Amino acid sequence: MKCRTCGAKAAVNMRQHKLALCKQHFLDWVPIQTARFIKKYRMFGPEERVLVAVSGGKDSLSLWDILHRLGYQADGLYLGLGIDEGLGYSDESRRLTEQFARQHGLKLHIVDVQATYGYDIPTLSALTHRGQNRPCAVCGVVKRHEMNRIARDLGYDVLATGHNLDDEASVLFGNTLSWQAEFLLRQGPVLPAHDGLARKVKPLCRFYEKEMTAYALLRGIEYIYEECPFSAGSTTIYYKELLNRLENDRPGAKLAFYLKFLEARENGLFRSSLDSSQPMYNCPSCGQPTQYEGKCSFCRMIEKVQPA
Amino acid sequence: MTVKLVLRGKEYEVKPGMTLLDSLKKIDVLPESVIAVRDGEMILEDEILKDGDVVKLVAVISGGAQ
Ligand code: SF4
Ligand SMILES: [Zn+2]
Ligand SMILES: [Zn+2]
Repeated sequence: MKCRTCGAKAAVNMRQHKLALCKQHFLDWVPIQTARFIKKYRMFGPEERVLVAVSGGKDSLSLWDILHRLGYQADGLYLGLGIDEGLGYSDESRRLTEQFARQHGLKLHIVDVQATYGYDIPTLSALTHRGQNRPCAVCGVVKRHEMNRIARDLGYDVLATGHNLDDEASVLFGNTLSWQAEFLLRQGPVLPAHDGLARKVKPLCRFYEKEMTAYALLRGIEYIYEECPFSAGSTTIYYKELLNRLENDRPGAKLAFYLKFLEARENGLFRSSLDSSQPMYNCPSCGQPTQYEGKCSFCRMIEKVQPA
Repeated sequence: MTVKLVLRGKEYEVKPGMTLLDSLKKIDVLPESVIAVRDGEMILEDEILKDGDVVKLVAVISGGAQ
């Protein structure tokens, strides 16, 4: 296979675009596309301050790299979750994130959950008896709350995450299987700012996970290859595999599933549930919006584990 | 006379002379879920694998609950 731009041997083949590119032209192509998506979905402008949630994984480090190459003002936020499981997962992902920031001269904020709230994620999860053997439910609540809090406290306009198309398509698939209209209505490349929370954007939402891996490898980005030990056997991975089987037989099916969803949403397919989708209260403790009256789920959890 | 494919520490052997695509089919790995690297270079599905080739398969899927 040959590069469409220069005819040299191709390094990447994207069947959904009928496009093969060599290393150099692929590394040029990714930021150009990202800039196009940022404009198309009105994610942010060059004058806005962007906080990138970085985990040490291929997607978030690549996102940071791309935004930096495009000249945006993008700082990083790393959340220390305290996940070890004998593998040193959090330590290693933090080391790789700090290394990347140092190599590129980028500003990185680090928040350690245990240092801030007294417990790491697995302990918080055990203490609150949520989510059976997997701390993912607690982890999700904490990550969302902390990202919102830091973006607000430090005055960032935008919070950017490294979700790729496979992430988005698998969440969409899950929400469609159970027809979660409120979730479907809120899923998209941009979640507008409201109630003092920064706008949330996903600039990589149209790149396949395979492309993001290729980008990280070809750019020589050192990312954490081993998964979070709690992700093994997760539904997300299962859905991604199912969608890849579909993609394998019908190139472009994954992308069409997501893009046609965005179009249908734009056309009002889920609009009737609009009213119930907006959080209507503010947490009296931290001020973040919540669906129900009283403290938000994060503050209730922290309260529960505080010694009386 | 073999080609070695390595995925997450596991080794698979296939016959030389096949394309990467056919080799992946043989070992039941979806091409969409891996990137193949030989001698530090990414190779595509139409690449013919030769005797003695060692191909590293980089898994691309990640993720727990969001
Ligand atoms: S797999 Fe679960 S515990 Fe691990 S980082 Fe993801 S949400 Fe957190
Ligand atoms: Zn080229
Ligand atoms: Zn709260």
